[in-house]
Amino acid sequence: MNSDSEVFSLHINGVVREVTDSWLGESLLDVLRDRLGLLGVKGACEQGECGSCSVMVGDSLLCSCLVMAASAVGEPIVTIEGLTPEETLSDVQAVFVEAGAIQCGFCTPGLITAVHDLLDRIAIPTDSEIREELAGNVCRCTGYGRIIDAVQQVAVRRADSSDGAL
Amino acid sequence: MTVIDHDAGPRTSARHGTVGTSPPRPDGDAKAQGSFAFSSDLSADGCLWGATLRSPYPSARIVSIDLSVAFKIAGVESVITADDVPGEAYYGLISRDQPVFASDVVRYVGEPIAAVAADHPETCRRALAAIVVEYEELEPLLDPEQAIDGSHHDIHPDGNVIRHQRIACGDIERTGSVVVEGTYEIGMQDQAFLGLEAALAIPDPDGKGVELHVATQWLHEDRGQLAACLALPEESVRLVLGGVGGAFGAREDISLQVHTCLLALRLGRPVRFAYSRTESFLGHVHRHPATIWMRHHADADGQIVKIESRMVFDGGAYASTSAAVLINAVTHAQGPYRCANAVVDGYAVRTNSVPCGAMRGFGVVQACFAHESQMDKLADACGLNAVEIRLRNAMRTGDRLITGQPVLNVAPVERCIRDTAALPLPTEPIGGNLTANGGVDPMKLPGGAGRTADRGDIVRGIGWGVAIKNLMYSEGFDDYATARCQLADGVATLKFATAEVGQGFVTIAAQIARTILGIDDVRLDQIDTQIGSAGSTSASRQTWMSGGAVDLACRTVREAMFVDVGRAHDIDPLRLVIDGTDIVDESSGWRMSVAEANAGLAYDETVEYRHPPTVELDESGQGDCHTAFAFVAHRAVVDIDPELGLVKVVQVATAQDVGRALNPLSVIGQIEGGIAQGLGLAVMEEIIQVDGAIRNGNFTDYLLPTFLDMPEVIATLIEEPDPRAPLGAKGVGEPPCVSSTPAIVAAIRDALRSVDGVGKPLARVPVRPADICL
Ligand code: FES
Ligand code: FES
Repeated sequence: MNSDSEVFSLHINGVVREVTDSWLGESLLDVLRDRLGLLGVKGACEQGECGSCSVMVGDSLLCSCLVMAASAVGEPIVTIEGLTPEETLSDVQAVFVEAGAIQCGFCTPGLITAVHDLLDRIAIPTDSEIREELAGNVCRCTGYGRIIDAVQQVAVRRADSSDGAL
Repeated sequence: MTVIDHDAGPRTSARHGTVGTSPPRPDGDAKAQGSFAFSSDLSADGCLWGATLRSPYPSARIVSIDLSVAFKIAGVESVITADDVPGEAYYGLISRDQPVFASDVVRYVGEPIAAVAADHPETCRRALAAIVVEYEELEPLLDPEQAIDGSHHDIHPDGNVIRHQRIACGDIERTGSVVVEGTYEIGMQDQAFLGLEAALAIPDPDGKGVELHVATQWLHEDRGQLAACLALPEESVRLVLGGVGGAFGAREDISLQVHTCLLALRLGRPVRFAYSRTESFLGHVHRHPATIWMRHHADADGQIVKIESRMVFDGGAYASTSAAVLINAVTHAQGPYRCANAVVDGYAVRTNSVPCGAMRGFGVVQACFAHESQMDKLADACGLNAVEIRLRNAMRTGDRLITGQPVLNVAPVERCIRDTAALPLPTEPIGGNLTANGGVDPMKLPGGAGRTADRGDIVRGIGWGVAIKNLMYSEGFDDYATARCQLADGVATLKFATAEVGQGFVTIAAQIARTILGIDDVRLDQIDTQIGSAGSTSASRQTWMSGGAVDLACRTVREAMFVDVGRAHDIDPLRLVIDGTDIVDESSGWRMSVAEANAGLAYDETVEYRHPPTVELDESGQGDCHTAFAFVAHRAVVDIDPELGLVKVVQVATAQDVGRALNPLSVIGQIEGGIAQGLGLAVMEEIIQVDGAIRNGNFTDYLLPTFLDMPEVIATLIEEPDPRAPLGAKGVGEPPCVSSTPAIVAAIRDALRSVDGVGKPLARVPVRPADICL
């Protein structure tokens, strides 16, 4: 819309997406949502406080509201839409639904992204580790109890199924 | 980990998905995948963005507004002010006292003055900056007492006192041998839902109507206010519920609805608005800050003989629901305790602060912090402990409130207290068990990762809070809910206008239909205004009200089906019942699946459910003004660092009177979520205003409980089905955040007392570090 427009490409959910109309310095959150239509990424504070906008950039879980989109060029970006093939649920997603970890659901995409990241790094997190690792994701509805329960259930299921595979 | 002690009582093994089980939410998969459309995700072809210009002053006269520069900015399509409102210039929930746009004066920082529509949010921002408003600043009214004593001129034609209500009950001269008193303050809390205000308005091609997709708590109330402002007949204003990212009271009032529709109708193009977090703090009402003085008289063994109270609620610039919030506060002054004599004086006043209105707990939160703080003082004065003083005074079914109203509901106050007391205390010592390598986990100490706490300095305390909370609307309001049930070819379809805000009504509506109809395939129609009102998703009322309407609609369909099936198979329809997914003649043993029996038949019933009427309070505050009541007890355990004033809430135990848990997992979710908000008010959350301006309207400065702040919750559900409730189930949303706050504060007081034997009064919430350590 103005002369400061930038053209660059982002690797998002395994696909190269061209961003043609972004302005210099536009946040990754705004580019993902408003330019590329990835509406599963949510914004609720735009100050890095709530975690609703969490996405994976390379190996890091980041608040997309705090990152300039242009700075993510060349890094693989994974949003909630790219966690699983379309129409399917990951184990974390399925357990969130079953375990009552979702009420309004606004925090959910960011949280589920964060939980995948957590369980990839720490297979069987303690209660303290879950709380500390997820402390950047605010949920106003659930009081967190069912979410912690869901994370533990996934960890146990993964451990059980890898035991079974041995 | 959280323990759910689910006292289900006798229960036959229910079919999955029916009442009493915990099936997953119908919208759960979409929410987990990120494909659920919240109102902020909605757009339309050719859609413009809207934005709002707001007042920087708490009180000022508008001398002039110059829009000419804004209009010239490329991409700006329209700029509107009060002059462009075709209909009613004011809106409001109880009284229409709030202007769509301020025209002559502004009454709070953040009041809307103009709105723009443009091709991009950035263009909107520039257009707002280009609007030139000349103000003449006026002396703001910021002290609620000045609103009462008349020392400040009226800041609104309706006056500075929104409502004054007195309650005089029994012998108001009575005194007791034990007297305790205190003055308590409650700070302004924000609902802080995550899904910010957003809406999309699509005008009809002929310009004579509009469709608004909006996250709200009450579609039909919005429609009524909107249609009046737009000067359109109600049927030309169609509302569709946009996905709601939490509500907690903040979406009961109009925020961006009128502005969005005005611009869309004016331009003949779709317009969307989306507030930022900072704008959201200005754009919705908050929990009333309040000052409550209370004096309890008791006899020597701790029986309450009289309470006296004066309550002042700061309603901010516009009335919103302040009058009803006040009534909840004054009528709940006694708490869940017997009390024959009382004098209560309550004021809801107007000031030049940001408007206050509904938030989860609705006036009862403030009253409860005062009466529970008083109960602990009374216990001390009588030499009793916190549990004993409450048990001695616990209300029972049939007892009267200070309004003269008998409590006709199941009232298991004593059981709430005893069952809570029976829940285990934390087993881990202060700071938790030592880690595998013999160290202390800092996350288990006050101050957490800051590692400021020395384990040896930390002290633990235990505190109690018990509450009564009214359910549904009060004071003669015609409170009803509408639901439609269609049954054809073994598929049931439900329609209602009940706002699903996250609480899970969509889940239990389908559960009710499965139970009543013996059908597993239940579909939910769009939530919109193409059916009668469901009333608001507030006052813990939808399980009872919309649940009651769905139940009644399904029963009506079922009875019609029984008549047809009876005729076809020559069975008296009165002998037919639903057993699982079959229709059964219990006397002959004949049975047939509902789906089979329903083949080729179709039913369609729309019903309204109403609760028994209530009345307005009279001048002495007497009258059966409330519909029903629920009860709850909380016991909190905290660890504090007395030198740094840091608090770690270690555990909250609760027993809640739920009537019947239609979906136990959802009930637990409401309990845990409500306690989190109660904890927030106890130790973290407050909107700070300086000279009428919010200073912390963002999530960096307004502190919300995170995973690390929330303790373990242990809950017992007390299921004594209420014969007055359509499904035996009471609303469960509000009680968890009513008495959790005073329980946590009492626990901090208890811990502090163990340090020096004296402690601190902590008469104000949220409790700040300085209140503890200085
Ligand atoms: S929107 Fe990015 S952290 Fe809140
Ligand atoms: S479910 Fe509503 S914010 Fe988490």
